[in-house]
Amino acid sequence: MTAYAESAPRRHAISFTLPARLLGRWFSPLVLLLLWELGSRTGLIPERTLAAPSAVLGALVAMIASGELPSNLLVSFGRVSIGLSIGISAGIALALVAGLSRSGEITVDPLMQIKRTIPVVALSPLFIVWFGIGETTKIALIAFATVFPVYLNLYSGIRAVDPRLIDAARSFGLSRIELIQHVILPASLPSLLVGLRFSLSVAIIVLVIAEQINASAGLGYLINNARDFMRTDIIVVCLMVYALLGLGADWIVRAVETRALAWRPSIVEQN
Amino acid sequence: MDVARGFLLAKPAELPTPAVRLRNFTRRFGSNTIIDGLDLEIAPGEFIALLGRSGSGKTTLLRTLAGMDEVRGQDVSVPSARAVVFQDARLLPWKKVWRNVALGLKGGTIRERAERALREVGLGHRLDAWPLTLSGGEAQRVALARALVREPQLLLLDEPFAALDALTRIRMHDLVLSLWRAHRPAVLLVTHDVDEAIALADRVLVLDSGRIVAEERITAERGDRAGLARGLRDALLGHLGVERAPVVEEGVVHLALARA
Repeated sequence: MTAYAESAPRRHAISFTLPARLLGRWFSPLVLLLLWELGSRTGLIPERTLAAPSAVLGALVAMIASGELPSNLLVSFGRVSIGLSIGISAGIALALVAGLSRSGEITVDPLMQIKRTIPVVALSPLFIVWFGIGETTKIALIAFATVFPVYLNLYSGIRAVDPRLIDAARSFGLSRIELIQHVILPASLPSLLVGLRFSLSVAIIVLVIAEQINASAGLGYLINNARDFMRTDIIVVCLMVYALLGLGADWIVRAVETRALAWRPSIVEQN
Repeated sequence: MDVARGFLLAKPAELPTPAVRLRNFTRRFGSNTIIDGLDLEIAPGEFIALLGRSGSGKTTLLRTLAGMDEVRGQDVSVPSARAVVFQDARLLPWKKVWRNVALGLKGGTIRERAERALREVGLGHRLDAWPLTLSGGEAQRVALARALVREPQLLLLDEPFAALDALTRIRMHDLVLSLWRAHRPAVLLVTHDVDEAIALADRVLVLDSGRIVAEERITAERGDRAGLARGLRDALLGHLGVERAPVVEEGVVHLALARA
């Protein structure tokens, strides 16, 4: 009796409609896309509100063919890369100073905690006054925003290293430098990677905001331009590219994780 | 006490400079006296078991001998080549097994040395394994290899078998004894387990409130200790606060009982 009752819902799940079984998790997004296209074709969704998926696709192809998208994407990518490199380097350096020495902690950590309370976006007027409306402000905003996630995670990772491992390593005569190299840094690497992932997504968000500031190139420039001409197809293309940037960033960190954290049991067991 | 020792050891000239010597060693944390005027000598190649309840000062003593705590100008001499095996193996999970064994070694033939040590503990096939994939017994054998590869004159074992199942523990006892016979380090085994102490040691010390309250030398061969186990066991348990009538058995010499 119970066996029958248990197997019943499972049979139901299996006999779910054929397209859902074939497409799996792609099913509902595709249906939405289909409805959207249908809505646009029948005039239910006006083009100035939202362009049809087919129009977006067309705009994408045209923008790639004309080189408009690649060149502007490159500009945005450059901003993120430079801002992130500065932010991540500073975050790692500050976390090492604060994590590895008591006086470093006293000096650095209070400043970082104060910095955390200031919303980065609110700083943009000040940055514009300081650095103008050129590239420097955009890069500085990204750098400033990405320092903290890396700092906080690495710092707490260093502080959370199992003291018993440090004890053991000391008993085998490791010097302070060797201790940092063989024990403290590898132990806090997982935390650093978590911070890195946060920083990457923050960087994309700040990129979007920073590019609203008088950009003459880049994805933000494309979007602003498209807004002026009410080209919703181009706006949607740019949104897609932003989404892809975020996905790509996540994918990079995950790839690094699988390699660098190969010793972790969850990953070990999968092999 | 000196007289007794001279008499009982018969040939004091046989004892060269001790591997470990503590004179009137005291350790305090704040107003807490953990170790209180302790005298301890361990001869080279001697196997000592240190029994004691929790909080008796065992760990503090071990940390002192391992050089993990500062001794602050007290009369403590320990060999420079020493190694510790902890209760939890304390392997670095991000280093492969052989790199854990080789941790902190200098020189060109590090991998060969680590490999040799791992073969000796029967883990020649797990050189490139990740520590988190090892069983408890395997991890503890890696920890033994990591200690051995340093060719210690003093091997400190901090309840290394406490977390293992009974069968693995027996196998580990045999392994430790065979390694000890092959390399002859002085060994200090810290343990809760009276039977383990009796099975392995030349001399059993009981530590209580930072003092050595009992000392038993076991002269019977290691394979031949089943007979004396009960009486000695009861006596040692008595010192640990588990009340039983102490019995003196053949093959056991009571040296310094209750010097309070």
